[in-house]
This record gives sequence, C-alpha cells and structure tokens, in this order.
Amino acid sequence: MIESYLRAFERTSSPAETAAPDWARSLRLSAITRFETLGFPTTKNEDWHFTSVAPIAERDFELLAPPAHGVTAAQLAPYSFGATDWHTLVFVNGRYDATLSGARALPDGVTLLPLKRAYDELPLVVEQYLGKIAEYEGQTFTALNTAFLDEGAVVHIGAEFEVARPIHLLFVTDGNARNGTAQPHNLIVLDRFAKATVIETYVGLAQDTYFTNAVTEAVIGDGATLTHLKLQRESEKAYHVGTLDVRQARDSHLVSFSFATGAALSRTNIYTELRGEGCGATLNGLYLGDGEQHIDHQTRIEHAEPNCYSRELYKGILDDSAHGVFNGKVFVHPRAQKTDGKQTNNTLLLSEKAQIDTKPQLEIFADDVKCTHGATVGRLDETSLFYMKSRGINARTARELLTYAFAADVLETIELEEVRHGLEAATLARYTQRV
Amino acid sequence: MLEIKGLRATVADKEILKGIDLTVNAGEVHAVMGPNGSGKSTLAQVLAGHPAYEVTGGTITYDGEDLLAMDAEVRAQRGVFLAFQYPVEIPGVSNAYFLRAAYNEIRKAKGEEEIDPMSFADLMDEKMQLVEMDPAMLSRSVNTGFSGGEKKRNEILQMAVLAPKLAVLDETDSGLDIDALRIVANGVNSLKRPDNATIVVTHYQRLLNYIVPDFVHVLAGGRIVRSGGKELALELEAKGYDWLLEEAIA
Repeated sequence: MIESYLRAFERTSSPAETAAPDWARSLRLSAITRFETLGFPTTKNEDWHFTSVAPIAERDFELLAPPAHGVTAAQLAPYSFGATDWHTLVFVNGRYDATLSGARALPDGVTLLPLKRAYDELPLVVEQYLGKIAEYEGQTFTALNTAFLDEGAVVHIGAEFEVARPIHLLFVTDGNARNGTAQPHNLIVLDRFAKATVIETYVGLAQDTYFTNAVTEAVIGDGATLTHLKLQRESEKAYHVGTLDVRQARDSHLVSFSFATGAALSRTNIYTELRGEGCGATLNGLYLGDGEQHIDHQTRIEHAEPNCYSRELYKGILDDSAHGVFNGKVFVHPRAQKTDGKQTNNTLLLSEKAQIDTKPQLEIFADDVKCTHGATVGRLDETSLFYMKSRGINARTARELLTYAFAADVLETIELEEVRHGLEAATLARYTQRV
Repeated sequence: MLEIKGLRATVADKEILKGIDLTVNAGEVHAVMGPNGSGKSTLAQVLAGHPAYEVTGGTITYDGEDLLAMDAEVRAQRGVFLAFQYPVEIPGVSNAYFLRAAYNEIRKAKGEEEIDPMSFADLMDEKMQLVEMDPAMLSRSVNTGFSGGEKKRNEILQMAVLAPKLAVLDETDSGLDIDALRIVANGVNSLKRPDNATIVVTHYQRLLNYIVPDFVHVLAGGRIVRSGGKELALELEAKGYDWLLEEAIA
C-alpha cells in the first residue's frame, strides 16, 4: 500500500538515517512526492495493460532489515557459474555485504563501489548522473525506488579502459526477508572508448514472498561498449520489478541480455536512448515460466540520431498456466534517418493454459529507415518432431531436445562463456527432467 | 525383408495410395519412379511412419513383423531410414549432438552400450569423408542455413552413421547439381551391403546412372503400373511417363 511506503520514507529519510548528500536527499524527496501522486499503475495504463500489479500494490512490504543469519559464499557460488575471478559486489536483503563481496584487483581506471561509499569517493560522477537517466516522472516503480535511494552499486570505467572479467552485482534475498522489500539502485558509467561487462543477478535463497524493485542507470560514452546481463532468478513467490535505463553517446554499443525465470510476478524494463550517430543496441532475452508465473518484459529503443542500428530477439517458453508479456517499443525520431531496426519475439507454449501477450510497437517518424518486427507464438513443430523420431530418437527425448533448442538459439548469443554454458546447462536440465 | 501388400493411404482425407504391392529382399536396390503426385513421396513417408499419413488398408511386413504397428522411432531403431526430400532445420541442436543422440538411442534399442564421445568423433571423421563434408558442419545446428546440397549430404551422412537395414531415399536427387549428385550417390553405393536394401524414390532417371537399381517400379495414380529391370528407367527417360499412364488407364 502507498501509505506504508510513505511511513517508511518518514522513518528513513532523516539525515541520521542515510549517508546521502543533500542533493540526493532532495532527489529522494521529490521522488516520494511523485510516487504518491502517481500511485500504482492499473491495467488501464497502456504500459501495464497485460500486467496487474495489484499483488504488489495491495501488500505492505517492509524495507528489509540486515539479515540475522549470514549468507555463505558457498550458497552464492552457483550464481557465478563456477567463475572465481569476477569482480563481485554482493547485497543481501538489499544491504551491501562487504564480507561476501570480492572486488578482485581492479584494473586502472576502474572503480566499483557500493553507493554509500561512492557518494564520498566518486562524488562528481555520482552527482552528474544518479537519478538523471532513469526518469521517474511517469514511472511509479522508478519513483518508488528513487525515493528509497540508499543501496546499490556504482561502476565507473575511465576513458579507454577495459575490464577483462565481468563485474557481478549479486542481489540476494535470504530466508529472513519475508514480506520485505529491497530497492537497489545502480549506476554504470563508461567513459569514452571504455569497455565492460556487467552482470546483475537477482536470486532468492528461500521460497518466500518479498518484493525487489531495482533500477539501474547506465551511461555509455563515445565509442564505448557495455555488455549487460540481467539474470532474474528470484524466489517463486517473489515480486520483481527491474529497470535498466541506458543513454548511449555516439558510436557506442549496448549488448543486453535479460534472462527471467524466477518470481511469481516480474516486470523487466530495458530502455535505451541512442543519442549519437553510429550507435548499436542489441537487446536479447529469454523468459521461462511455469506454474502461475507472470513474466513481463518491456523494451524501448529510442533512435534519436541517424545511422544507428538495433537488434532485438526475445524468446520464451511457457508451461502450465504461465503468462508472458512482451512489449517492444522502437521509436525512430524524425532526425534518425538510415535507422536499421529489427525486432523478433518468439514464444513456445507447452500447455493449453499458457499464454503470451506480445505487442511490438514501431513508431517511425523518419522516412528513410529499415525497420522490421515479427512475432510468433506456437507449439513444438510436428515436422521437426517426426524428423527426430525418424532417426530413432524417442518421442519424449525429441520433445525435450526441441524445447531446449528453442531456448538455446537465443542463449547462443551470450558471449560470456561461463554464463552461456551455465544457462544452457540450467535450461537443458529444466526441460529434460520433466515429462 | 520388406513386403508391402495392398497398401492404401490417405492424407487429409484424400486417398493417395490405392493398393501398392512391393517386395524388397536383402541386397536389392529398388527404384520407385513416377510423375508428380503419383504417391512416391507418400509411400516413403508411410514407410517411415509420418503421422500425417493415415494407412487405410493393406499390410507392411518388415523382417517378419508388422511395420505399421511400430512408432516412427521404433522403425528407425529397427533399421528403417528415410532420407528426407526436404531435410528439416533444427536451430539450437548441433549436428554432432543430434547424430550422437540418434546413434545411442539405436544402440540402446539393440541392447548395446552407448558410444563414448571420443569413439563417436572417430566414427564421424570416417563417415564425413564419405560424403565429402566439412567437419565444421558438425558443430552447426542441424541443417540450419545449409545449402540444398549440404542438406542432402547431411542426410546421407546420417544414413552412413546409423547404418540402416532398409534405406528409403525420397527424391534425394532433387535440387542437386551434378557434383553433389555424384557425391551423394557414391555415399549410398559405398553403404550397400548384402544384408541391407535401398529404395530410391526419384522423378528422374539421372540418379539411376549412379545408383544402379535391380528393379524399377513406376507409380502412377497411387498404384504400381509397371515393374521391370533397370532398362525400364531408360525407357522412361526416353519416352516420358505419358505412354505408361495411357496404358494404365486403357
């Protein structure tokens, strides 16, 4: 309920309660005001037409307290897919955990800090961008998150620097977090010609109800490349809203992948604005749902300048009564001539009750562009099944392999080997253990 | 090995096969020829067990057993192989994985141990040379983005690896240039053994210059209207199908 957030805001926003500098405190204040005005969206709101957030809006979530029992490194190891050389910041129940975090010797020019320290150690970058990229005027959840701006990670890659190994921001919710909410807010800044891979992972260690509302802002400078992987593996009773809002400068590249398999209800927003010429944005994703899960993705690509391209491939596999939503918006502004855009959304339905609402939205105001979109919804291809059976592969194995193959097709686009192999193995296991 | 008696089949309620009789013994190569729409491909699909074709009459006995009672995968496990006219693309499943899965299922069905990946790689090396295929094709998704010729060679590669007792080639020559045709035919010929048999379904006599049949059958209007030796194929090449169709009607 809105009131419980307003009360929580009163409790947590005194100078004694927060490490935030004055400008951040006034940002929080204006955000809570905006949140109060907006309220939670209903399905009458075009952006939320297929997703009712009533289960989130009607509950009272408490801002999570620090965990009473420590989470161990061993519990978290699977979420790095066996990699031990990633630069990792761990947040447990919304709070930075220095013990579990392991930012290995960072290369020159690279700064990775929890937000509270970044206020002091990286003040100029933080003040320049924090709260400026992810606008909250019309976005309830971003307003709510910004109102509780307190925890999160700040990544800064200086001009022409490159981080060879990925930076991992791991947000864990443990068994002490029932009915709690975490509002992490991250900032990623790549200066000109910098290059980095950032992974955001959201996991639940216990099967509890809780609410994660995350916002990540990213700025990609001239000629810089950000690879961003978001892995949403929350508890099956959890609620998750996560927004990545990116601003791209000239000749920059964004390669984004969203993997969503957890939570009772999740909404992932991936937004990018191509604000310079020669930019590229690749937005791929995979959603896997079963039971009563509701998995919603909204993407928005703003082509503001000429000679940019965007590529988008989202695939999903839905079983039981799972409900998927894909809304992909591509806006081509009048200036953005020679835009080359392609968007594809394919969903495989494994049961009669599974459903997908897919809504591609191209809005083109330039006259010399090449933009296409396509969506398919279907079941396993009978011809492929017969082909496999005609080679001696039994019907069940053939179904499993084809189901896996449907997903593997988009997982193959993940360049980072540990993650690609890890997700392939997890997906294979998921669809080959079932009937 | 194979005895087809009075076989009738429909697809989408339309009768395509109207009483086929055909006997194939081990060691033999049979060519089934005929004009478009004669039922050639339907016969091939029915032998492999395609679910879209409904058998409405007749029997097929394979190695003394009722073939029609077997699911498609069981037929394959017992040694029936169909080289598809239009091989299916399966994005996301590598050729190597697919072949090994098929190979192991067939071994399992015979009560044999699964092959280890190393031995399988050796087997693949050998068989790929047979069809002059680039080893890089193994790591690509099954038939995905393959050219027409590559797809057909991939079918023969699968046939070489799975070593069927009864191979049915459904218009394997369609869409092939002469080099690809020669490679495919060489592959088929080198797989010929006294204990296996091949049914070559084709529209053109051209393929039969390379794969020499022991028997040629002409299918028209869902029936075999003429059977003979390899010289029948040459006659068809020279005279076309029309004279046979006229005779059949008359």
